[in-house]
Amino acid sequence: MPKELIVQLFGITREIIGARQIEVEASSASRVSDLLALLRDRYPALGGLRSLLVAVNGEYADPDQPVSVNDEIALIPPVSGG
Amino acid sequence: MISITSNPIDLSSAYKYVSTDEAGAILFFFGTVRKSTRRPNEPLREVQRLEYEAYDKMAVQEMQKIASEACQRWNIQKYVIVHRTGKLLVGEMAVLVAVATPHRDDAFEAGRFIIDTLKASVPIWKKEVFDDGSVWVDAHP
Repeated sequence: MPKELIVQLFGITREIIGARQIEVEASSASRVSDLLALLRDRYPALGGLRSLLVAVNGEYADPDQPVSVNDEIALIPPVSGG
Repeated sequence: MISITSNPIDLSSAYKYVSTDEAGAILFFFGTVRKSTRRPNEPLREVQRLEYEAYDKMAVQEMQKIASEACQRWNIQKYVIVHRTGKLLVGEMAVLVAVATPHRDDAFEAGRFIIDTLKASVPIWKKEVFDDGSVWVDAHP
């Protein structure tokens, strides 16, 4: 059983963190809000973004939504399609 | 029809797809790469190219939600939403929205809704590349 959450990275978050995905100890982040706080702490440049959301299994997630190692998790910086 | 593609957007296949004898209006919107950009209190800058990146799977799902909502609000017979990714030069088409409706009011309103909502919620990002640097659009306040 894996013990890490895998977080996919896109756009400016990929450049700030310097990878396409990162692993985070599942025991240190049980909810979306924990994960965001942990990543902002580790990568302070994330705090300068206009917004930072998390998608869980392809859907925008609320801060109190739980996250687990089986979820597909992605960091969503401000979108700019079109 | 909804897709994300790294190839140039094929206008004629989109047109074939939305063409229907039931339609009295077919509306196309193209988003294209503009050669210059300006931020508040900054001079105009020449854009060399744009680089688009998408969370493909989620982007398709979000575009599907937008299309479903548009189909509930307006009488849409056919639609196409295609967004391109990768490196695009000035003048190239980044996004295509097409809707076929019985009458033009629905086509204009639905087309506007689709592109506006796409820009606000679909997980796609663009980086403006200049001769002397680059910037992820709208990333910072």
